[in-house]
Amino acid sequence: MNNESQDTSATVSDTTEKVRKSLGKRYAREKRFKLFGVIAIVASLSFLAVLIISITIRGLPAFKQTFLNLDVTLDADTLGVDENPDEDALRKANYNGSIKNSLLALFPDVKKRKDKKALYKFVSTGGQYDLQAMVMADPSLIGQTINVWLPVGDDASGYLRGHIDTSVPEKKRRFKDNQITWIEELKADNKVQTKFNHTFFSRGDSREPEMAGIKGSLFGSILTLMVTLALSFPIAVATAIYLEEFAPKNRWTDIIEVNINNLAAVPSIVFGLLGLAIFINFFNLPRSAPIVGGLVLSLMTLPTIIISARAALKSVPPSIRDAALGLGASNLQVVFHHVLPLAMPGILTGTIIGMAQALGETAPLLMIGMVAFIVDVPTSLTDPATVLPVQIFQWADLPEKGFVEKTSAAIMVLLGFLIAMNAIAVLLRRKFEQKW
Amino acid sequence: MLFLVIFILTAIAYVLGRSRAATLRKNGTLMHSLPRYYGYLTAIYTALPALIVLIIWSVAEPTILKKSTMGTLSAEVQSLPEGERNLVLNDIKNLATGGISQSANDSVRTAAAAHYAETRDRSRLLKSIAVILTALAGFFYGLKKIHSNTRARVAVERAIMIALIGCSCIAIFTTLGIVLSVLFESLRFFNKVPFTEFAFGLHWSPQTSIRADQVGSSGSFGAVPIFAGTLLISAIAMLVAVPFGLMSAIYLAEYASSTVRAWAKPLLEILAGIPTVVYGFFAALTVAPLIRNVGESIGLDVASESALAAGLVMGIMIIPFVSSLSDDVITAVPQAMRDGSLGLGATKSETIKKVVIPAALPGIVGGILLAVSRAIGETMIVVMAAGLAANLTINPLEAVTTVTVQIVTLLTGDQAFDSPKTLAAFALGLMLFVTTLILNVIALRTVRKYREQYD
Repeated sequence: MNNESQDTSATVSDTTEKVRKSLGKRYAREKRFKLFGVIAIVASLSFLAVLIISITIRGLPAFKQTFLNLDVTLDADTLGVDENPDEDALRKANYNGSIKNSLLALFPDVKKRKDKKALYKFVSTGGQYDLQAMVMADPSLIGQTINVWLPVGDDASGYLRGHIDTSVPEKKRRFKDNQITWIEELKADNKVQTKFNHTFFSRGDSREPEMAGIKGSLFGSILTLMVTLALSFPIAVATAIYLEEFAPKNRWTDIIEVNINNLAAVPSIVFGLLGLAIFINFFNLPRSAPIVGGLVLSLMTLPTIIISARAALKSVPPSIRDAALGLGASNLQVVFHHVLPLAMPGILTGTIIGMAQALGETAPLLMIGMVAFIVDVPTSLTDPATVLPVQIFQWADLPEKGFVEKTSAAIMVLLGFLIAMNAIAVLLRRKFEQKW
Repeated sequence: MLFLVIFILTAIAYVLGRSRAATLRKNGTLMHSLPRYYGYLTAIYTALPALIVLIIWSVAEPTILKKSTMGTLSAEVQSLPEGERNLVLNDIKNLATGGISQSANDSVRTAAAAHYAETRDRSRLLKSIAVILTALAGFFYGLKKIHSNTRARVAVERAIMIALIGCSCIAIFTTLGIVLSVLFESLRFFNKVPFTEFAFGLHWSPQTSIRADQVGSSGSFGAVPIFAGTLLISAIAMLVAVPFGLMSAIYLAEYASSTVRAWAKPLLEILAGIPTVVYGFFAALTVAPLIRNVGESIGLDVASESALAAGLVMGIMIIPFVSSLSDDVITAVPQAMRDGSLGLGATKSETIKKVVIPAALPGIVGGILLAVSRAIGETMIVVMAAGLAANLTINPLEAVTTVTVQIVTLLTGDQAFDSPKTLAAFALGLMLFVTTLILNVIALRTVRKYREQYD
């Protein structure tokens, strides 16, 4: 008896000793494990930070545009129009010639053909359209000399922003030495100014980075999302109501449920294939049109909205249904008068998140041809259009330095919209969330 | 325009129906339902048949127009193959709508165009009349039905119920649509290119030449290098996403204070909300040059469109996906299991490693499978940052291509719709759909079973 108790106490103290010895190691392991967790989170968040910061740094300059002050003489001779030009003549007039003349007037000693060409590049090719718009609005300007600010060409604005490395030998540089002297002269004369870039928000796509804007793609996105919302919201809510409130538990509803869950995980590009094969080739709907884009995106966002709408409907307590039924409401009245209004904030949150997803989606829209180069701003659902993410994709492919800025700036606009939409969703949830 | 007419008629029907029922009720008739249900019923009677007529007519119109216009053309044209006939028809349509046409002075075609325009206008007029008449008929029938014996509410509710059921079937139609569209085009592809060549061939170059006698004019469609490239990039992505995502989830679920959790979780989810085209831009412009420079400085030859860059960025994108799914399953592990382990003297990390993770493993694996399916189907990052040329390699520093990249490049160019090149995209789409579907079904099953285990 005595012996036994001694034995156990010996083993216990042995074990304690072992445990105590290993404790240091175990605590170290504990700390290391926790550290891994911290590292994982910090690393993931710093990826996010690097991504956003790198895009912001690249994109910010695009919100500014450099303009050159010019006295442009709009004499009828240079423009190539007669005394009383009609609209067509005004549209086709040679505004570029006037701009070239006024540039030459600034630097009278530029004589050589090659130098002249280099000088002409100071004003963006889009400058003539600005003049055209001005003259067409007020034809009496012809014959007068007007003082205008015209956008600077891509190379010159690149130089002014410090993108061009002057230590590179002249031959390898796009911006030559004489151009540098000229632009410095203009700068000293206060003829070069940087202003807020209206062009970026007021024009469609263009091949010239300084004339390219996001208005066209923004309108395309809005039209497409309108179709998406108009189709997916009612259908999704109806589906959620049926599945959550009325569907009998049988094979058929089971199939529908599994289907919806699977659709939520189908790659988006497959929806693009569906749109191409069914909507465009079978139903002959127009390519590149917001209506087809909206159709495809609504099929894609349906599962997201259905799943969140079902969760919202489920969270309404059964007592509410019982009370309404007890007062003599029919099954549909219970749902439409009581359950649905209570679930609405949750459903709307899900819808906004679904719409945000649709806004950022690119791949399926490439399949249905929304990737064309489109200058005009779309005004109807069947106009050829592109959307913001696709515009980003197109610009990202272009080699000009100016487009890198534009791409980043367009990304900032897109992210701005997404953040706003998600913030609204979060606020909505906070404000109307009910604990039963 | 017709829609607007129908809409206005429907609105009038609702108002009139309701007021008529209300007057009846006021005069002492015992009505079955509230007045507004009679309004709804009248509105349904007005709108539904009219809409059905409108849709049927609109669908049938082009075919009838086509037949009638073809009839005016010579037998020679009528015996042309389908494709050329359609060209002629398009030309005539252009003539009729005043668009640009090559045959403005071809008298037969101008006559056909005139016939086309005339028939079309007549059809439109008839359509409008038919639709409006149907709507009016429905409207008066609905008004006549307003009496005490009509169970308006029951009828309206039945109609709504049918609409609800119809809506919930759209999910099935979508799946069906995907399967059919992808399957049919793929079958046409496999008629031209044998399935064995597609599945086991080692050479992929879908460029078909213009002249028939050119070498390799049919292109070669061995998809193995593409599958290998997809797997390589997905594997790199998972190597990034799984450790980071899982460790973040463990830390957030087990260690983090509620304030850290409240901040870190939504921030992580921002990563999931960023559009993939943004990641693609980031990968192509920031990450790929960085990897290239680093590689060159230590003497490695890195392709400018390396699989590593695309995979890394894709991994970053998937981190929140893995972490939120694992977070869910880890928090679902019953607290009693942790308490038991801690009570026996295990440290927190030992509890996690030996108790929580094994218990949550099925759920975590399910989540990872979902993430893999996501990586395989991801498009924009690889389109922008991975290569175009099929390259059979496992070296992450070389450029490889993926299934999604090939689908996009094959379908965004301009080409005939039934060339093997375009059809190949659908065959790849079928492979993609089937693979992700299998992964999803397995993953969803596992997660569901796991949930039931602890519920």
